[in-house]
Amino acid sequence: MHELSIALSIIDIAVEESERRGGAIVHAIHIKLGPLSGVVKEALSSAYLLARESSPFRDSRLVIEETSIIVHCAACQAEGRVESMQLMCCSQCGAPTADVIRGRELEITAMEIEDPSTASNQSALNTVVSHE
Amino acid sequence: MNSQTRMVEVRTKILKDNDAVARKLRQRFHDSGVFVVSLVSSPGSGKTMFLEKTLLALREKYRVAALVGDLATDNDARRLARAEVPVKQISTGTVCHLEAQMIENSLSEWNIDQLDFLFIENVGNLVCPATYDLGEDLRLVLFSVTEGEDKPRKYPTIFNTADIAVISKMDLAEAVEFDLPAARASIEAVRPAMQTIELSAKTGAGMEVWFQLLQSRQSESRQSVPQ
Repeated sequence: MHELSIALSIIDIAVEESERRGGAIVHAIHIKLGPLSGVVKEALSSAYLLARESSPFRDSRLVIEETSIIVHCAACQAEGRVESMQLMCCSQCGAPTADVIRGRELEITAMEIEDPSTASNQSALNTVVSHE
Repeated sequence: MNSQTRMVEVRTKILKDNDAVARKLRQRFHDSGVFVVSLVSSPGSGKTMFLEKTLLALREKYRVAALVGDLATDNDARRLARAEVPVKQISTGTVCHLEAQMIENSLSEWNIDQLDFLFIENVGNLVCPATYDLGEDLRLVLFSVTEGEDKPRKYPTIFNTADIAVISKMDLAEAVEFDLPAARASIEAVRPAMQTIELSAKTGAGMEVWFQLLQSRQSESRQSVPQ
């Protein structure tokens, strides 16, 4: 299973991004996952729970958006979906096609972050509340 | 999301580091004039035998070498060393696939300008290697007649990322009642028009088709610019 190493790469990129934004707290990382990326959603979700333990963002969430395979169909002269990964045929006309346009995505698209100043105020407030 | 949390757009490929090394390698291979072929398959599909026979045949005419990925043992590398060409083992430990950085590291002591062909045998695994670009010119996926005709439908991604499919151990086809038309249909379903070679490295049947294809791909690549 290579999902753990993928999850660790996601954390590395989030750490870089956080540092670039002055140490922003990362609450969630949104990614796009294509069916042809070779990465399994469920395995990646579990791997992320492990990977975040040794990161500065132990409570962060991984939000996975699964994309569809989009091909160019020579018969229809159009872009469209395929029947399935096991049957690479145009879902409109049924012609076989290997001309994959999208479906290999393995990328971070967005992050939910909080500025460190507001985060520390927030935690100070929480501390006060918890003392009461 | 609480009021202090905001959403920021981040467009970053998760494997950007691997992709960057792979691009660098592809350029370096092209500049050195070496044609690089990687092999992926499940364990026991006959990759090592296929590669051994390929190295033996090519070394008559070409300068060839191989990198062999393996989890723990160096058995495959030792087998390939019998072909008396440079062979190097890449021990991946618990890692189930090769990454571009491992290729770059293992080439540090070799002068690849001196090579015509470099073969990279990936770890036996039909899942994980699909995700990683190694900078190769050609990716072969092998599956043997003893594994069953529906292997491509079970592992569509690896067939989708490979350039050529090899059905190996054809000498055993009859004994295991291998249904060749069904296997071809299975490949066609997951990767329409994929080039497929049926062969037996043991008897040599079909190997000539492979060598011709390899040589024509090599001469094509010498006239092109890497992507």
